[in-house]
Amino acid sequence: MATKISPAPFAGTAAQEGQLIRLIHEIKDEKGSLMRILQEAQGIYGYLPIEVQTLIARELNIPLEKVYGVVTFYSQFSLTPKGKYQISVCMGTACYVRGAGEILKKLRDKLNLQGDEVSPDGLFSINDCRCIGACGLAPVIMINEDVYGRLSPTGEELDDILAKYKE
Amino acid sequence: MVNIKINGIDCQVEEGTTILEAARANNIRIPTLCWLKGLNEIGACRICVVEKTWARSLVAACVYPISKADEGCEIKTHTKRVLESRKTTLELLLSTHNQRCLSCSRSGNCELQVLCKELGVDNDARFIGKRNVYDLDDSSIHMFRDNNKCISCRRCVAACDSQQGVGVIGANERGFKTEIGCAFGMDLAQTSCVSCGQCINVCPTGALSEKDDTAKVWDALNDPEKVVVVQTAPSVRASLGEAFGFPIGTSVEGKMASALRMLGFNAVFDTNFGADLTIMEEANELIERITTDGILPMITSCSPGWVRFCEAYYPELIPHLSSCKSPQQMAGAIIKTFWANKNGIDPKNIVSVSVMPCVAKKFELSRLDQSGAGKGIPDVDCSISTRELAKMIEKARINFAGLPDGEFDSPLGLGSGAAIIFGATGGVMEAALRTAVWKLTGEAPESPVDFKEVRGVKGIKLADYNVAGKEIKVAVVSGLANARELLDKVKKGELKLHFIEIMACPGGCVNGGGQIIAPADVRNFTDIRAERAKALYSLDENRTARKSHESPDIKKVYADFLGEPGSHKAHELLHTSYRESNLSK
Repeated sequence: MATKISPAPFAGTAAQEGQLIRLIHEIKDEKGSLMRILQEAQGIYGYLPIEVQTLIARELNIPLEKVYGVVTFYSQFSLTPKGKYQISVCMGTACYVRGAGEILKKLRDKLNLQGDEVSPDGLFSINDCRCIGACGLAPVIMINEDVYGRLSPTGEELDDILAKYKE
Repeated sequence: MVNIKINGIDCQVEEGTTILEAARANNIRIPTLCWLKGLNEIGACRICVVEKTWARSLVAACVYPISKADEGCEIKTHTKRVLESRKTTLELLLSTHNQRCLSCSRSGNCELQVLCKELGVDNDARFIGKRNVYDLDDSSIHMFRDNNKCISCRRCVAACDSQQGVGVIGANERGFKTEIGCAFGMDLAQTSCVSCGQCINVCPTGALSEKDDTAKVWDALNDPEKVVVVQTAPSVRASLGEAFGFPIGTSVEGKMASALRMLGFNAVFDTNFGADLTIMEEANELIERITTDGILPMITSCSPGWVRFCEAYYPELIPHLSSCKSPQQMAGAIIKTFWANKNGIDPKNIVSVSVMPCVAKKFELSRLDQSGAGKGIPDVDCSISTRELAKMIEKARINFAGLPDGEFDSPLGLGSGAAIIFGATGGVMEAALRTAVWKLTGEAPESPVDFKEVRGVKGIKLADYNVAGKEIKVAVVSGLANARELLDKVKKGELKLHFIEIMACPGGCVNGGGQIIAPADVRNFTDIRAERAKALYSLDENRTARKSHESPDIKKVYADFLGEPGSHKAHELLHTSYRESNLSK
């Protein structure tokens, strides 16, 4: 069966682990603490690889599968590391009918990123997302917190936009 | 009490009763797919929907408790709207189901198939669209997982997690991509699955099934060079009949022996013999541990699901496990040594088959140091479940119900009453007590037989016995979530015990993962554990020898071959060891 374990080597530090364990011990008896622990863990590591989920399962004394089930249920959690610049292409209805699909394809081709992996220089990763609430600007992409709207389906603005994020 | 009408009939129901149970009490069997009483009550599949006054949409009968506010309401369970809704639900389920019924192990007793037939689902093209295609998980020794037949009812998840405290499977992803599987898409064999097979027993479809090893048995039976012998576990006889129309709880011991002979086995043995051997060795080990300040509590080791659970989840308790092999393996070792030698047969020519209520036994025979007759000669070559034996009998077109009662071969075919109750939770404890108390009290023939405190389907049972002025505290546990509860107390020192019996499956082997499957419609309303156990206790009462040490076959094997319990030879052949497992949990 296809494994979902990220091929990227895990680079977690002892300090990160200490931070996470401290947090878990602080809130683990609160109802629904798993969600918050996962959010904080993703904040610490940037993503939730098997090493981190195993640690959480061990500290909460619950099966790994239970942690994984929650992680894969919510789109806010990621199993793979993200680039320094995370590009989100809105595929909500308004963006989609105005060519978001073509823009996504162009971006994937330009950066040679076909899945949720990170570019070899560690700069970029791409994901599609549902409505980001800027339908008036459709089609829209976001790069980290920066929003770019009213793009043309041909993607002619993309090179200039990407050039801003070269380091 | 609340007064309601079901299909126009006045009914009085207790507050809190679900619509489904109220209907059942009035002879209406509302269909279900996801509902397992007390275990999986999530109202997800929408097959049990009914019409109810004051409810705008159809309600799920399985999780709708009738309250005072429902006084005077009317429930309708088979209106056009209800039946159409159920049919549509089935059609939607089928739209992501591969529908390969002909070759499916559950064809004929698949809950999905039965409902499709009942509701006349005949248009499998109504919802044609994208379909997820999944790889077959055949990684583990004991079972297949085919998600192409999965309806995401989560019954297996509840069995694995809530009932067994294992939780290596669950629902992953979301919406259309939802898939029951292991963390990170791992294969089952990469996880700490304990092979108990409880997930198979509760699966409504053919998504989960045991690995069918009957082809190996047919091959052996057709090989004139081989001597093919078979042994059957105590609880197989308490369930096998269900496949041939007998009521749950009917013992078919004699018919089973006849059927095995008709299938062509050269010798038909009873695992009861192995169970008696286990008691001889285990009672001896217990007395030794008690009298020499050994490691206590001692914990039984005949349930391979439990042993695997211990190795994965409680490795620090491994020294507490009895070193005794399971009855299957003990009987296997004696067949390929004592019996082979006595009959002048080269053990390499013996194909030793076991019929077990269990799928973990398939795994057990591949464990290390389970080759008493020598390297490369496994104690048991092939283990098939009660279900697989039923399939073989069906395939051979044997009229099972019409068979006369046959007998097992002796020696190795005659078990005591103590052996036969191994199949029910508390049985191993009681059997061990029958022999241990006899030994500790000066071997008086009138030593007690019945230890009723340890009987019954309760998940955790505790009892104290005063034996020759010494207090012996025991516990009996079945179901691995219950085992967790008890073992955590033992670890914290809250419970001081001498001896613990643990069976992986709730109710013990009678409810093992390899038994004849009782569909949810049956298991939700009948305690199959209690019914099957009754058959075993009744066989026990009618045996001449009710204590293992009284069995003539046991006396013979020790006199002619093994010497004393715990002898060097017994250790070589009948004992084993355990090791920590580090698979993903």
